[in-house]
Amino acid sequence: MPEWVESIIRVAIAIGFVLTTVLVLIWLERKVIGHIQQRLGPMRTGFHGFLQSPADAVKLLVKEDIIPAAADRWAFQLAPALVFVPIFLTVVSIPFTRTLVVRNLDLGLFYVFAISSISIVGIVMAGWASGNKYALLGSVRAGAQMVSYEIPLVFSILGVAMVAGSLNLETIVDAQRGLWYIVLQPVGMFIFLVASLAELNRTPFDIPVAESEVVGGPYVEYSGIRWGVFFLSEYANTFIISALAAVVFLAGWRGPLLPGWLWFLIKTYAIILIIFWFRATLPRLRIDQLMTFAWKLLLPLAFVNLLITGLYLVYDWPRWILFVASVAVLAVASRLVYVVGRA
Amino acid sequence: MNVPLVLFWVFGAASLTAGLLVVTSKNIAHAAFYLLFALVGVAVLFLLMAADFLALVQFLIYGGAIVVLLLFALMLTRIREGPVIVGNSQKPLAIVAGLALLALLLSVVFVTPWPKPATEAIQRIEVPVIGESLFTDWLFPFEIVSLVLLVALIGAIVIARSGDD
Repeated sequence: MPEWVESIIRVAIAIGFVLTTVLVLIWLERKVIGHIQQRLGPMRTGFHGFLQSPADAVKLLVKEDIIPAAADRWAFQLAPALVFVPIFLTVVSIPFTRTLVVRNLDLGLFYVFAISSISIVGIVMAGWASGNKYALLGSVRAGAQMVSYEIPLVFSILGVAMVAGSLNLETIVDAQRGLWYIVLQPVGMFIFLVASLAELNRTPFDIPVAESEVVGGPYVEYSGIRWGVFFLSEYANTFIISALAAVVFLAGWRGPLLPGWLWFLIKTYAIILIIFWFRATLPRLRIDQLMTFAWKLLLPLAFVNLLITGLYLVYDWPRWILFVASVAVLAVASRLVYVVGRA
Repeated sequence: MNVPLVLFWVFGAASLTAGLLVVTSKNIAHAAFYLLFALVGVAVLFLLMAADFLALVQFLIYGGAIVVLLLFALMLTRIREGPVIVGNSQKPLAIVAGLALLALLLSVVFVTPWPKPATEAIQRIEVPVIGESLFTDWLFPFEIVSLVLLVALIGAIVIARSGDD
């Protein structure tokens, strides 16, 4: 089999897997949040509502495709693809196990951030092209929020790259033999999780799509499968971000007894469940609080983390010093949030 | 068939077309969208030349950040109500400046001593090598650039805040 045929098959399998995962995630989120709120969640379609997501997908597919008269036609039609394609391209470099990966890229870690950053343009394009003031406001919010949080997001992961000495995701997993990076880079993981919630536009950072303020934000004029593509991309992105966190901070496929792919899925779903839990628990922030949090807390915190990690590498400190210093930084930071929040 | 060469022509042509559309399109938001395609096309060209790090930087900085900031600025102004195309007395001057810049850039292409003839295979440069040369050979320019960016940042804040008090 020629190499390019194999590549295409690998990419197709990866995309198929993520699409299936998305259906599972949508069902899982509705169940998890339902149970947290003392409800049952979907129950009617299939066993405990398991077939609810496929049913919804079919409904979206057969719905009428509406393009508003005030919309900018080609931008309106192109925007869903511009969100969808980059997110699914990032699957290429995520290693499920050492062999279960589409392509092990040398710059895998950087690749995920660089490619997925394009999808911001898609969201802004969607809001602008809709010809609706709520969509426009939502997309302005999305643009400001996602550009702001991309900076701490990239810096949070830089510490890992420094400790592992590589941007290759396989090398990063191998470097975590015996000690996961959640221990050496707790500050990095904290910033990564918070900033990626903002990148995903999820609660408590769902300001761009806040129903009570801007109706549905950039997606308000979309219906049928075009809206479905946005929804799909959001959940696919949730999976990819969680998988990346599992690989980078929780040593990916490494673990005793169980096979590697199972460890990978367990760790990924653990992070996904934390993200769902946040949505059921936390209220939405105000936009000025959101910006203050990114620029005045997360970004300086990321710099401090880089400084500590650099000192650790240059002076060859023992590992426990890095751990203790990181925990101390986190403690000081959370105290600062409390004090500043009160003032 | 030489696949990289075909890709080079396809993406080069796409990038140039998008670039032309940026300056000719009547709607300024469309121009910003075309700019994205032009920049992504250039990123693919970087990839073809085995400069994968540069290509990813192009995606992240230009695709993800610059275009979004441009769109952001456009949306804060009332683009739909403003004049579609702005033409004024500075047009001849702008043509002269544009042509001068073109001549300068073209002369750089011919004056620069390229490390290898075009027929040889391109060597991929690893990221550590880029980092090392940035912090040894190019340390001074690197720091100057950081300083300029910092000054621009502070300047923007000062200008934005001057109305308040």
